[in-house]
Order: sequence, then C-alpha cells, then structure tokens
Amino acid sequence: MTSGAAGVPARTDPEWQGLPAAMLRLRRLLLVLWLVPVTAATAVLLWLFAAPGWALFALIPGFFLVWGWPMLGRNWRSWRYAERADDLLIQRGVMWREETVVPYGRMQLVEVESGPLQRKFGLASLQLHTAAAATDATIPGLDPAEAERLRDRLTELGEARSAGL
Amino acid sequence: MNETPGTEETSAPVVERRLHPVTPLRRAWAPVAVGAGWAFHDPDGAYRRVSDLAAETVLLAGGALVLVASLYGFLTWWFTHFSVTDTELRIRTGLLFRRTAHIRLDRLQAVDLNQPLLARFLGVTKLKMDVIGADKKDELAYLSEPDARALRAELLARAAGFAPEHAREVGEAPAAVLLHVPPNMLAMSLVLSGGMWAWAITGITVPVVLWFLTESLPLVIGTGLPLLGAAGASSVGRFIKEYDWTVGASQDGLRLDHGLLDKAHETVPPGRVQTVHIVEPLLWRRRGWVRIELDVAGSSNDVLVPVAPRAVAEAVIERILPGVVVPSELSRPPSSARWCVPLWWRGYGLAVTETVFAARHGRLRRKLSLVPHAKVQSVRLVQGPWMRRHKVADVHVETGANTSVAARLRPSAEASDLLESQAERSRTGRRAAGPDRWMSQAGA
Repeated sequence: MTSGAAGVPARTDPEWQGLPAAMLRLRRLLLVLWLVPVTAATAVLLWLFAAPGWALFALIPGFFLVWGWPMLGRNWRSWRYAERADDLLIQRGVMWREETVVPYGRMQLVEVESGPLQRKFGLASLQLHTAAAATDATIPGLDPAEAERLRDRLTELGEARSAGL
Repeated sequence: MNETPGTEETSAPVVERRLHPVTPLRRAWAPVAVGAGWAFHDPDGAYRRVSDLAAETVLLAGGALVLVASLYGFLTWWFTHFSVTDTELRIRTGLLFRRTAHIRLDRLQAVDLNQPLLARFLGVTKLKMDVIGADKKDELAYLSEPDARALRAELLARAAGFAPEHAREVGEAPAAVLLHVPPNMLAMSLVLSGGMWAWAITGITVPVVLWFLTESLPLVIGTGLPLLGAAGASSVGRFIKEYDWTVGASQDGLRLDHGLLDKAHETVPPGRVQTVHIVEPLLWRRRGWVRIELDVAGSSNDVLVPVAPRAVAEAVIERILPGVVVPSELSRPPSSARWCVPLWWRGYGLAVTETVFAARHGRLRRKLSLVPHAKVQSVRLVQGPWMRRHKVADVHVETGANTSVAARLRPSAEASDLLESQAERSRTGRRAAGPDRWMSQAGA
C-alpha cells in the first residue's frame, strides 16, 4: 500500500470483511488468460512477419502481465465491506479510493449474481440498488453462502427500516 | 361532447371514459405530416411525380390519404379509454398493439396540464402524469379544459390521501399567488444571461470566419443557422416559455403557470422535491437576482422560478422544502485545493444545516444545490491520488432523481466525518419528513 490510509483518519472502526481469496485467484486467472496469449501472439507474429527485433514489442503485454499481478493483489486487499447497525459500508480502491455508505432503509433491491466462471471459483457478486441510479454499491466477489446470507439480512433490514424516496 | 359525465357513486363499477372528440384531429396529423415531410425532403421529385399524374388521381390520392388519416385518428381515439379507480389511473389504448397502463396514484409525482397554442383555441388540454421510472410519460391528450382540471384535482386529491369518497368533492385546491415574474424582468434577465450571448457570438463569428476561409455559402448557412437557432432558443424560446410565470401555493403543492403561446400548468407536490438549485449567473448578482431549478423524480419540470429577487426566491424555497433556511455562510475548500482545481476551487463551498446538505460550485455562474437530508439515498467519498496528496476529498450525495450533488475538495478528515454524519442524518432525516401522502397527516 502507498500512503493510502493517511487520508482517512481512524474512527470507531466497524467490523470490516474482506473478500475471499478465490476472488483474487479468479482475477489473476483472467489476467493470465488474456495476456499470455496476447504476449505470445505478438512475439510470434512479429518474429515471423517483421524482423525478430520487432518481437520485443511483446514485452509490452508482458509488462502488463507482470505489473498487473501484484496490482490485482493490492486492489483485492483494498476491497472491504462492513455491516453496521443501520447502513452498509463498502470501501475500495488503492489509488482512487472510494467509500460508499448505503442506509439499509434506502435499499430497493438486492441482487446476487454468479456467472459460470464465478461459480467455478465458488463466488457470487452482490449488488445493491437504491432509488438513485448513481448509487454504485457492488461487492464483486463473495462466497455464495455469504452472499445469500447478506442478501437475506439486507432485505430484512431494508424492510424494517424501509423508506421510499 | 360525448364524454361520460363524472359518476356520482365512486364505489360503483369503474367508469371508462374517452378523450375529447377533437383528439382524432391531432392524430390525423401524423400521416399528413409524413406526406408533407416527403414532399419537403425531396421537393423536385415530389413535384415531378405529382405533375405526372392526372388531376383526378391527385385528388383521389389526396382524398384517400385524408380518409385513411381520419380513420386512423378516429380508431385510435375510439380505442383509448381511461378510468380512475380508488388507487389507480388506468389507460387502455392501442388498436393493433394493446397497451394498458395502470398508474398507482400514490406513486404519482405530479400532474401537469399543457395547452399547445392550437389546443388553446379549441379549449382542450393535455394532462401529463409524472411517475418515477416511466421513460415514456403517460399523458391524456386531449381533454376539455374543465374536465382536465377536475381530473387533475381528483388525481391529486387521491394521491394526497384524501378519502376516496371525498376525492371528487375536494375540487381544485385554491391557489394563492406567491410570485409573479414581470415580463420586463424576465426579458432583462435573459439579456443578462451569458448563454444567449455565447450562442449569438459564436453564431455570428463562426460563419464569418468560415466565409473568409472557404467562401462556400451552403457551409456558412449550414453552420450559422443552427447556431443562431440555439441563440434564439436560449433567449426568445425561453422568453415565450417562461412568460407570465406565476407561482401559486395551494394545498396540493406549488402551482406553476406559464407560457406565452403554449400554456402550461404544473404542480409540484410538496415532499417530492429531491434537490433545489439556486443559480446565480454573473451578471445577475449585482441586481440580487436568482433562478431556482428543481429535481423531482420522474418529472421533466426543472424550473421553479426563472428569475426573482433573492429574498422572494428564498421564501418560495421555504414553501417547497418546509423548515429549510438557505444557508448564507458556506465553508470554502482549504487553500491546498488550488492545486487540484486551479482558479475554480474558490467557487466550491459547503454548508450542512439541520435540514439540508448545501453544496455550491461554479465561479462565474454560481450554483448552490440543496438536498434535504431525508432525500439522500447514498453517500460516497471519492479521493484520487492527486487529491490525497493535497489532503482533500470529494463527498457525493445521491438522490432519487438521479442527480448527485458533490461537496468537492473538502479536507480529508472533514470528508470522512461528513460521510459518516451524512449517512446518519439521511437516516434520521427521513423520520422527521412528512408522509408520502402529504394530506393524510392533516387528517383529511
């Protein structure tokens, strides 16, 4: 982490939950799946059709691969959420930090989604919708059981504290 | 008039009504307009084709077109019904593709009456319903004027939570005039606003420059006309639209009546306003004039007062957001913020009172946005690397009208406190706010 936490001073810290490690594995797998073929293809094609020297251009996707690996780790560590008595807190981002607070009473809809790849890794993503479309409260990777628990709890709390527009 | 008169007993089976019989005329315009559009789009071709035909054929074709058009108009009118039940407004329409819209009255944000120029001559009115989430605005066009007023009064009375049996008798709530914008003040305010001059100046200079560069007349006309058109729309168009602007207070909200050619009567129910903006263009400031804009979820009305002296405008705001005092003292960003947004950083300001979150931005054209705490849907803190270096952060507050108001460049510590406290206030503010059915508290 960089000087990151300097901006946000300590306060009564809620119980933060991180995201499961499977989430990081999935993202790294996707990174490798995308960039390794790109690197290989660039190197081979440029080697064959241009001069071998041109194949050095393959270093660019290669660099992104090497750089992206730890970056994904940093980003994964930065994601966390906390259920508090009356609202849900989501924090994310290393360079561009973002912290969202959604009062339970404002939730209109809680969505749990799980794609084929996500299911393979035992993950599900959870998205909260309020009446404001700009509210971007998403937790991209959760343990499916946890996602469902959270969904049920949020819906329940939302009903108890319901407030419209 | 073949409209069914209002029923006496409301609990009786729902009575379906039709629109005003002049409606087919409006609908008949569509095919005629298509023909006219074709002729206009390709004048030579159209003329050649028409002159090739014998006079009878032209007459016959014209007659057939009018017949088809009026049949189409008649049928759409015939198949459009609406009815008001205790909880819903139902609109049934469509000849081939049936469409039934049930609008829940307690979700109704506002009901507007619009009268285009032609409709004014015929004494008919368009009734427009604002509902959250509906992209296509449901409207009833046309109704005769007294019917439209009665229907609006009924819908609003029901939306306000009057007992169904009384809804029809409540009638139109009387309105007391709060503010009237005199035409000379409106004209002056438009002359003093920068937008019109910016369009007019570009509208003149760009074609002149193009003329000297290319000397091609079509190009000059092609660029000049839209620009001058925009200048006209932002001055003359606005004058026509905002002419005779009257704000009245009535039980079912603020009434806005305006228009020189097309008359519009809008209602802004209390408690449905998500954000109020006070706009102060540079040249208005010496005169102490402001413009008030609104965000109401699901509504297209965005102007509350086109121009008014500050004190009067604030009195109107107090009406629409009860208990709100417009904060006069705003705290500025710290001076380190100058490195994040040069020059304009001084335009930002923030004040949080017991009832509203008020954030200002803009240097020349200052805009102060007020969000009642009860309307805040979520709060977000954003801090980029450059901002972190200068120890500032933005706090965004999102409302149900899909607007987000940002308090920009607050000191980091303050911003994170603000995030906490704003979420807290948003939650507690809701409890203090009035009910959705704003009349039910009055025990109607």
